[in-house]
Amino acid sequence: MASLINEAFKKAKNASRPALLTYTVAGDNTKKQSLKILKSISAHADICELGFPHNTPIADGGQIQSSAYRAIKNGIKINDVFAIAKEFKLSKKTIPIILMGYYNMIYQYNEDKFLKKCKNSKIDGLIVVDLPYPENKSFSKKCKKQGINFIQLVSPTTSSIRLKRIIKDSHDMIYYISMLSTTGGKLKVSARKILENYFKIKNQNKSKNVVIGFGITEKTIKSLKKADGLVVGSAICKELSKSIKYRQNAVTNVTNVVRRLKNKIK
Amino acid sequence: MRLKKDVPLIDQHDQFGFWGGKFGGSFIPETLKKPVEDLTEEFKKLRKDKKFIKKRDYYFKNYIGSPTSFVKLENLSSHLGGAQIWAKVVSEANGGAHKIYNATVHALLCKAMGKKYIVGDTGAGYAGKMLSMAAKKFGLKCKIFMGAKDIKRQKPNCEAMKKNGAEIVPVYTGSQTLVDAVSECMRYWVSNCDNTHMCVGSTVGPNIFVKICGWSTAQISRELKAQLKSEFKKIPKKIKLINCVGGGSSAYGFWSEFIDFNKKQIELIGVEAGGPKKSKLHAAPLSRNAKIGILHGAASYVCQDNEGQINETESISAGLDYPGVSPIHCFLKDTKRARYTYATDEEALNAHVMVTKFENLNPSLEPSHAFAEAIKIAPKLSKDTIIIVNSCGDAQKDRDILRERLGKI
Repeated sequence: MASLINEAFKKAKNASRPALLTYTVAGDNTKKQSLKILKSISAHADICELGFPHNTPIADGGQIQSSAYRAIKNGIKINDVFAIAKEFKLSKKTIPIILMGYYNMIYQYNEDKFLKKCKNSKIDGLIVVDLPYPENKSFSKKCKKQGINFIQLVSPTTSSIRLKRIIKDSHDMIYYISMLSTTGGKLKVSARKILENYFKIKNQNKSKNVVIGFGITEKTIKSLKKADGLVVGSAICKELSKSIKYRQNAVTNVTNVVRRLKNKIK
Repeated sequence: MRLKKDVPLIDQHDQFGFWGGKFGGSFIPETLKKPVEDLTEEFKKLRKDKKFIKKRDYYFKNYIGSPTSFVKLENLSSHLGGAQIWAKVVSEANGGAHKIYNATVHALLCKAMGKKYIVGDTGAGYAGKMLSMAAKKFGLKCKIFMGAKDIKRQKPNCEAMKKNGAEIVPVYTGSQTLVDAVSECMRYWVSNCDNTHMCVGSTVGPNIFVKICGWSTAQISRELKAQLKSEFKKIPKKIKLINCVGGGSSAYGFWSEFIDFNKKQIELIGVEAGGPKKSKLHAAPLSRNAKIGILHGAASYVCQDNEGQINETESISAGLDYPGVSPIHCFLKDTKRARYTYATDEEALNAHVMVTKFENLNPSLEPSHAFAEAIKIAPKLSKDTIIIVNSCGDAQKDRDILRERLGKI
């Protein structure tokens, strides 16, 4: 498949490193600022995840919650999220964008309308936190029809039968949740154990790109280098919160974090 | 969309957990799939296990104090004229509210699954208080998630939780009420589901939690059915069962045995929290026509904006102050089996005043919403109409609010 997501992984693989995936919340803390951040960090990130903020995020920890509340407070709407992505894609054509969020917002927007808008804004993939397999079957099919990657999540609690089925139903990328935690938790499992689980997934179908997320920071990223890709979210949101608090330049600070993350896995 | 006869409502869902094809389901993060499946299996097994049922009934009788009484409110009825008003005094249950049924069953399930920790959410503090009681009784470590605003306004229940050895985790996000407590509790479960059991305090949340809670509170209507037969020789011709609805656990429990009856014989009336009279905010998704949305793992009518952000709610009663509602009540609404309305804060307060003035009964602010509707309709009804209100909570927990609003001690 010639998806941009696949290309991004291939590029990283050719450089013998995992792909770096960043997560930021659209509209955090303003529409303009989040676009600036996105553009700036994409110099170092291979794939950018963009969260559409929800005010009842049941799987997110404190950092991403704060980012989401900030964005909502500043009036971000779903259409703004699409606008940010579209604008980003005008100048960064080859960097894949993955939207990530909760199903209620897609449901209210209407699935078909949402996907049309995704396509129109050149969104490459979607992660829907609270739409697990097999409930996501029909939606994931719709995504595929539109050429949008639906990204399945897998966790340490996923049984082996389930894992097989999920992999079979997955598109180009699978997201492995490193541990039992909300986003931004402290990594409470050893890197060895995480990678052991990771390879259980990877070895089932080597053509799938498997990324690891949750609990990845500047401190821990190096230990998980063997993965196809690594996602950092809360650590980035945290830096943004800090920059706002101390009235520092968020674009510079956040970009520096992403650059350092990248250097650790080169 | 149709109701089936002779099948408990909690079991009338499809393979994905949806009632009427669109309410309920299990919209959960992948990590929770396994613990939810495990719980589903365990519950499926245990509800058919005679030993487990015997154990449940033993604790319902000897620990909770079933049956709670069914009494005629003579003074209130003659003051208002019209229909007879009766009450099912569920607040007599150990701990002072119906939440003890669900809490006891969850504690039993937790033990059966070999887990040592139990966590739960609470609004009015009753679900938390009861879970802390049950945890203590069965030797489980207990954590209760509660909005910071609710901790302030429901102090007596917080004191009880602490006395029972539970840890109260204050939740400062969002509106600092029940909705945030449930979110935080689910987050905690995501992080600790390997050794911790979660109790959802009402008939809300992912499908299995709706079922367990409904199965537990159904005890109320089993008792009522027997009590009606012994009081009236047979089930009377004109009954109205009035219950407050927040998440909807007491209402389902109060109605479950009577859903198969013709609605002309037994009308089911749910009363939601209309909030302060002058406020635009409310907690009445059913009666004020909210749209279907997904909240806390289930699809139901939810107070939300066009974009799917969950609205803040406002109600004098912490137990009803919730933007969503049970999927089974959505199903009862859409099949027109139950009728839903709301009472404002002021109406609930007035009802509380009137009931306590005429009767030896002290309903909390939640059932006071139901009494408000009873008081409203009783004078217009015939003498042979039997209105029964589920007085599902005791007002002891509301002492601070009542003192502030009524100057009462």
